[in-house]
Amino acid sequence: MSVLAIAEHRRGELRPVSLEQLAAGRDLADKLDCELHTAVIGGDVEAFGAKLNREGVDTVHTVDIGEEFNHDVYTQVVTQLTTELDPTVLLMPNSVNGLDYAPAVANRLDRPLVTDVVDIDAENGLTATRELYGSKAETTIDVHADQAAVTIRPAEWPTIETEGDAAIEAFDASIDESAVKSTVKGFEEVGGGDIDITDADVLVSVGRGIEEEENLDIIHDLAEALDATVSGSRPLIDNGWLAKDRQVGQSGKVVTPDVYIAIGISGAVQHVAGMKGSDTIVAINTDPNAPIFDIADYGIQDDLFEVVPALIEQFQ
Amino acid sequence: MKILVTVKEVAAVDDEFEIDGLAIDDRYVTADLNEWDEYAVEAAVQIQEAHDDVEVVTVTVGPSETDETIRQALAKGADRAIRVWDDALDDAGLLDPETKAEVLAAVAAEEDPDLVLTGVQSADDGFGATGVTLADKLDMEWGAVVNDLDLDPEAGVASVHRELEGGVEELTDIEIPAVLTIQTGINDPRYASLRGIRQAQSKELAEYGLTDIGLDASEIESPLEQTSLYEPETEGEATVFEGSPEETATELAELLAEKGVTN
Repeated sequence: MSVLAIAEHRRGELRPVSLEQLAAGRDLADKLDCELHTAVIGGDVEAFGAKLNREGVDTVHTVDIGEEFNHDVYTQVVTQLTTELDPTVLLMPNSVNGLDYAPAVANRLDRPLVTDVVDIDAENGLTATRELYGSKAETTIDVHADQAAVTIRPAEWPTIETEGDAAIEAFDASIDESAVKSTVKGFEEVGGGDIDITDADVLVSVGRGIEEEENLDIIHDLAEALDATVSGSRPLIDNGWLAKDRQVGQSGKVVTPDVYIAIGISGAVQHVAGMKGSDTIVAINTDPNAPIFDIADYGIQDDLFEVVPALIEQFQ
Repeated sequence: MKILVTVKEVAAVDDEFEIDGLAIDDRYVTADLNEWDEYAVEAAVQIQEAHDDVEVVTVTVGPSETDETIRQALAKGADRAIRVWDDALDDAGLLDPETKAEVLAAVAAEEDPDLVLTGVQSADDGFGATGVTLADKLDMEWGAVVNDLDLDPEAGVASVHRELEGGVEELTDIEIPAVLTIQTGINDPRYASLRGIRQAQSKELAEYGLTDIGLDASEIESPLEQTSLYEPETEGEATVFEGSPEETATELAELLAEKGVTN
């Protein structure tokens, strides 16, 4: 019996979720009274392995294959490693890349897969907590199986900072090259404009609540009145109303301005991931139950089309 | 060339709602075509328009109530639709990605598509795993979270951008046949034209039970059981300004001035 957590890295950096998984994994391992293993695949496995050696980790497995993520390779390696170690719970990140191999691994190992969990317990069988309907509701799921695969939501667990005394072991995976049918050609930074929203001291950020593209005028007016920069949540970028590099969120930019004014933004978890580090967060939204008010310091629960013009007037 | 697009009807929940047992009370729920699937349908129809002889078929796991939603996809240009439902699926409770993929794989095996497009995730349960599970069951290649697609059917390659976190995209070539899970923003989904809506009524919508697609209904059993549903506790400690818009705007302006925000 053990818990195995698969780390994630990109362009030479271990991603934070790799260490968050160790906290989730250690907690699970304590409840199951078993060892915690972690593994890193590709890149500078020696350096990554040393970083993964945190308190509570029993063994770090390093797999020296390739530089960057390739799902065909990861699927084969994680399947082989899991078969070898036979962990009770296999943890993977609920990241874009995690979701690009975890389902295939679960399918090959015939393990139930629970994705995007925000809490997990093993006291009375494995149970996982997930959110539904865009974070409006939460649900508990019982997993009826002896072994399972789980992807954990980034930023839900703390990272373990204390160094550990884990065994570091190289794992030799054998890759069937004929089953590698995708080739990663490179990476591209999302661009589109000449403004770096991560540099702004004040961001006026707008979401779906603005309803129509024409209505953005009042947002631009407000930004001008406040000498602020305009940013937005995903739906506006998808609609082409704002340039891609203005997107705040998990798939956009992570911003930490002095003041972040969220207008008509409900506060989906993907958005919050990109702005929760702002010094002061102000939310303007008609829905008093919008999750954005959970992380806001100040709020106005009213119609943005009345509040924003009134605010512009205050600064003119 | 044939493109299979998975289409799901999802439940959109009002801002204010009540929970009835393990579900949201029907009064607060509206059925709609899953947003991510709309982009997948559009991607398929655009490929159809750019190449000769492309058939777009949708597949849905859902009861007859979902037909109206399926017709939306037909109205936007899909050629025909397949819907699978069965008492065993109705009884299974929470349909996990593996169970859904099992059903979709049985249909795909029959249809033998060159490309399968799915939404990245569904707006209601948001597992985000059905597409890749389906690919693995079909022994097809795949790509998850695709936000740009350039298909070269002659070369048998889909050149895609995968949207990673933090404003970075991965550029990847994927051998087809493949399953691609489509991210919002890849295109601009069209509205159905009146003509499209009229035509959709006469397009084929085939209905199958599990045995029709070669599955044994007795094997449909989800290993995941939903045991509770509740509203998350709010952790908010926001200072909420009260009053008319003018009053709240004044308070906010004072706060912003305090924080050094001025024009």
